[in-house]
Amino acid sequence: MIVFEDVSKFYGEILGVNRVTLAIEPGITSLVGPNGSGKTTLMNLMTGLIRPTRGRVSVLGLTPDHPEVFFRKVGYCSQFDSFPSALTGFEFINSYLRVHGRPKKEAQELAWKALHRVDLLEAAHRKIAAYSKGMRQRVRFAQAIAHEPEVMILDEPLNGLDPMARAETIRLFRQLADEGLHLIISSHILHEVNEMSDSVILLNNGYVVAEGAIQGVRDEMEEHPMQILIRCDRPGLLAARVFEQDSVVEAKIHKDKHGLFVKTRDADAFYLLLNTIVVEDGLNVESIAPADDDLNAVYQYLIGGGDAG
Amino acid sequence: MSASTEVIVETKPSPGRPWSVWGRQVAAIMRLEVRKNFLGKRAILIYLLAATPILLMAALSAEIHWQQSRHDNIGEINIVFANLYEGLILRTIIFFGCAWIFMNLFRGEVVDRSLHYYFLSPVRREVLVVGKYLSGLIASGVLFTISTAGSLVFLYVGLGSSGGNYFFDGAGKRQAMGYLGITVLACIGYGAAFMVIGLFFRNPIIPALLIYGWEWINFLLPPVLKKISIIHYLHSLAPVPVPEGPFAMVAESTPAYLSIPGLLLMTAVVLALASFQIRRMEIKYGGE
Repeated sequence: MIVFEDVSKFYGEILGVNRVTLAIEPGITSLVGPNGSGKTTLMNLMTGLIRPTRGRVSVLGLTPDHPEVFFRKVGYCSQFDSFPSALTGFEFINSYLRVHGRPKKEAQELAWKALHRVDLLEAAHRKIAAYSKGMRQRVRFAQAIAHEPEVMILDEPLNGLDPMARAETIRLFRQLADEGLHLIISSHILHEVNEMSDSVILLNNGYVVAEGAIQGVRDEMEEHPMQILIRCDRPGLLAARVFEQDSVVEAKIHKDKHGLFVKTRDADAFYLLLNTIVVEDGLNVESIAPADDDLNAVYQYLIGGGDAG
Repeated sequence: MSASTEVIVETKPSPGRPWSVWGRQVAAIMRLEVRKNFLGKRAILIYLLAATPILLMAALSAEIHWQQSRHDNIGEINIVFANLYEGLILRTIIFFGCAWIFMNLFRGEVVDRSLHYYFLSPVRREVLVVGKYLSGLIASGVLFTISTAGSLVFLYVGLGSSGGNYFFDGAGKRQAMGYLGITVLACIGYGAAFMVIGLFFRNPIIPALLIYGWEWINFLLPPVLKKISIIHYLHSLAPVPVPEGPFAMVAESTPAYLSIPGLLLMTAVVLALASFQIRRMEIKYGGE
């Protein structure tokens, strides 16, 4: 169990999180909130990258004050998209397993296993500098799981992944959870949370505003339109096809003509439709990201029972 | 991604005894860091620095050779080299080379946003300090002993056969070993100082320049203050004494049996300070 006891973190006078008291049970737990709500702060507190101004954090009864014990059980895939220079994917994972103190042969075996899990075997001997954003995301994930931790903390792990990789990654999360891993995942994309979480913690402005089973949040969200930006080569074609779905309420081509804003009441169904369009029309999708101008409005909606948004 | 895993590996954590794990961890950190130090984008400056005295000595050697005055002035050439070594190689090349290598061990990783990979590993922070320090020592030690040795080679080559005789049959070999020893000690002492500066200061350039100034005015300081420096001990070990000029405050040289352990002790204290600091360190790249 992961326990926060009256934890606060201030960056000077700026609030990170305030008076957080939580007990996170095993399974997949999602931290959800708009940018700046305190998700990354909570994750950094869990892993000791930052220290609480007040209160205490423990993971499986351990604290990061003793990293030599703590990080044998905990893996953290942070949001920092940066790597030590000039390493290949394999070297990156293998090198840090050696830093863990693993003997050479064992480190190599674990590195290959992790690369296999994220489907990067073919790119293993290529420099990470030549990887796409999605591959970099996956190799960081592989590095975080390579030592086979009991608790995995993942900060926005689906950012930069294409729809296929997203689906595969979510399936992998579920598989890891079924294997008994404890997963803490942050996201500001609510429909993803729906798909993969057992429970959810809603954050806003550094405060925990709601926590519990996902169903309640999901019920609220299904009625609230969400705006998504799809970067692709033929936004006109995509615009023509998205209205096949009743839940799509608006589609607007981006001013640079390389993207489409879609407003939908059912993000799950829309992503399924998007997959179909990609397959049938050979649409080249570069990225998918939420594009709500004011995500705060969504959370206000959730918290305020539908008045906002 | 592969939801189903075909590669089946039976692995269990193999912590072993603490010293053996720490040894493996230090070795792994050193492998990563030495590679970065020698092959990273920041290495170019160090190569240029290390090459400077060799090129200078090559030019000087050619000059001596063409003047054909090599047979009579070994003593004078020794003094010239001693001044060049202390003024250029020791106080400037090694000083700034160590500043660059050791301050970047942690500060460079904060700038590159990659330090968290170490902080998220099951490694005691003290072990990290030792691994990083030793990697910096290998990089600086190798580069600057090559630089010093290269300079000496050109010195003796420029002197022709008398240079060879002086090296093999005279005091040359002992002096060369002395210079190489001072180079290594300088890397040990300056390295520790700059590593801890890199940990304590967001912009370590200013403290590094202050130390540079302090080391340069060392000859003007009263004896007690002289001893609060690294250059004082290194100067005491010089195989060919270098006069400090008419304005120098005269102080007794510290004998080698005190200056060498003194430098090593100072290094140990500074590394302990670095370990203390790194245990309190947080990762906040955004604020850097």
